[in-house]
Amino acid sequence: MHLPLLNIIDTVRQLGWGGAFELLRNGIVLGSVYALIALGYTMVYGILKLLNFAHGDIYMVGAFLGYGVLSILGGPLAPTIAMVPLILLMFLGGMLGSGVLGVVVERFAYRPLRNAPRIAPLISALGVSFFLANSALLLTHGERFNYAMYQLGGDPNTGLPGPLNQPAFSVAGRPVTVVQVLVVSTSIALMIALTLLVSRTRLGKAMRATSYDREAASMMGIDTDRVIASTFFIGSVLAGAAGVMFGLYIGETYYLMGFLAGLKAFTAAVVGGIGSIPGAMVGGLLIGVTEAYAAGYVGGQWSDVAVFGILILFMLLRPSGLFGAKTIQKV
Amino acid sequence: MPMLLRLSGVNTYYGQIHILTDVDLEVAEGELVCLLGGNASGKSTTLKTVIGIVEPRTGTVEFAGEDVTGKNTSYRIKQGMAIVPENRRLFAPMTVRENLEMGAYLLGRAKKEDFERVYSLFPLLHERRNQLAGTLSGGEQQMVAMGRALMSQPKLLLMDEPSMGLAPILVERNFEIIKQVHEAGVAVLVVEQNANISLSIADRGYVLQTGRVVLTGPAKDLLEHEDLKKAYLGR
Ligand SMILES: Nc1ncnc2c1ncn2[C@@H]1O[C@H](COP(=O)(O)OP(=O)(O)OP(=O)(O)O)[C@@H](O)[C@H]1O
Ligand SMILES: [Mg+2]
Repeated sequence: MHLPLLNIIDTVRQLGWGGAFELLRNGIVLGSVYALIALGYTMVYGILKLLNFAHGDIYMVGAFLGYGVLSILGGPLAPTIAMVPLILLMFLGGMLGSGVLGVVVERFAYRPLRNAPRIAPLISALGVSFFLANSALLLTHGERFNYAMYQLGGDPNTGLPGPLNQPAFSVAGRPVTVVQVLVVSTSIALMIALTLLVSRTRLGKAMRATSYDREAASMMGIDTDRVIASTFFIGSVLAGAAGVMFGLYIGETYYLMGFLAGLKAFTAAVVGGIGSIPGAMVGGLLIGVTEAYAAGYVGGQWSDVAVFGILILFMLLRPSGLFGAKTIQKV
Repeated sequence: MPMLLRLSGVNTYYGQIHILTDVDLEVAEGELVCLLGGNASGKSTTLKTVIGIVEPRTGTVEFAGEDVTGKNTSYRIKQGMAIVPENRRLFAPMTVRENLEMGAYLLGRAKKEDFERVYSLFPLLHERRNQLAGTLSGGEQQMVAMGRALMSQPKLLLMDEPSMGLAPILVERNFEIIKQVHEAGVAVLVVEQNANISLSIADRGYVLQTGRVVLTGPAKDLLEHEDLKKAYLGR
């Protein structure tokens, strides 16, 4: 008799501890990307109670902008500047471009609907999402652009991998590559920066005050429109960084890439407790690790099922998420 | 004494609903004025019109000799207004200190002297500075709301029912503080349900009824006014 459960146990045995580590590693790397996207989701929800469905597409634009910078500077095969400044510039381009795009989207698609019924900005968000994805389709003709991580700085003649794909260290004989370290550490650095910004700075405090009670915040003289725009900027900058990271790690950018990533980041935000910043971080990692283990132990076609299964479970059993307030608003 | 605040012919609407009708109201520099009126008479709307959360459809708001109608709230706060909103509206998930900082938001970084001034008025707030505002008792929350408004050293302090929900002993202490602030030279426009106690410390008063000023005069006279006695003073 064929029992899928027995297959899983067999696979777990076959892969052993080394395999388990590799899956965990993959999950953490992917999860850091989801966490960065989820942060933007959760911050915008916190301040406007809006599910910004266009957020995944801002991430997609960030990935394309990173690719754009790369190709302007000679492309993956013959970069004209050194690797470190090249990567810094790619991040800078992706992050700033996405940040500005987020502010523009807020200004023209959401702010005019600030006092409209809640459904209106939600529909507007869907519209922006389609607009961005289809603009990308028109501009890229639906082609996949490859950051070519393997070659990036590598030798096309000998086929030696570039520095990003070299192992940085190994655990149980399994390598962790430079790009994996780069993705996780950049993501941690950005999360620390965000946490400090929100907890310590004047803008961060104004963001928290505005999230909690917008009218009271304006009674204190806080320009809440500006605070909201700043929130979009910061969230979109993080999404842009996530886009460049994904490009560096996986390699492929594609006009629809924002859709699934956006849904997964949304799931991460809900699992963490939408509106909660630490929640988005933990949720992102949880989703990434779930996806990796489901793919490794059950099969690649099951990874999305597992992720959205978690979403459904949380919606049913704990809609406020791991870190969320006890109530959740209907949208 | 020179006029600090002057509302002239103010008509405020929420959508199509006419809330304030031809309101004229003045507060001189350093004066303590109380605004009385029944529920839904437009008291809170008056304060919101003063600080610019809502704009009057017609009429003007002048502050410190300048027409501030159409200027946003930030501008008016910079010119010297501050408000203790109805129900306090503290930022519950933020600490006492952070709440106070929000009161000084427009000053850039809140200065040490500003905190010290507020802490000397409310020593308890210094003790509780790292506690989340939402976990304070009602009386303590009132102190934070008042302290937050005083952080910017306003010329005019607007207060919307500062003693709502407080035990009688706290109401008295609260008015002591208001008196103290007033004696330090700050003009105060206070909305109160408790007409007795507010008129007893006020210089002048206004009575609103369905959005119109129906009675105004020195506080002493209002305390003796027959209609008012029946309606609000319970005598
Ligand atoms: N944002 C708003 N939108 C529509 N109507 C409003 C709004 N705020 C207040 N109102 C209406 O305006 C009228 C006056 O309200 P306001 O809050 O100024 O009264 P108030 O005198 O402060 O009453 P209370 O003593 O109960 O605080 C009420 O009928 C109220 O329902
Ligand atoms: Mg009121």
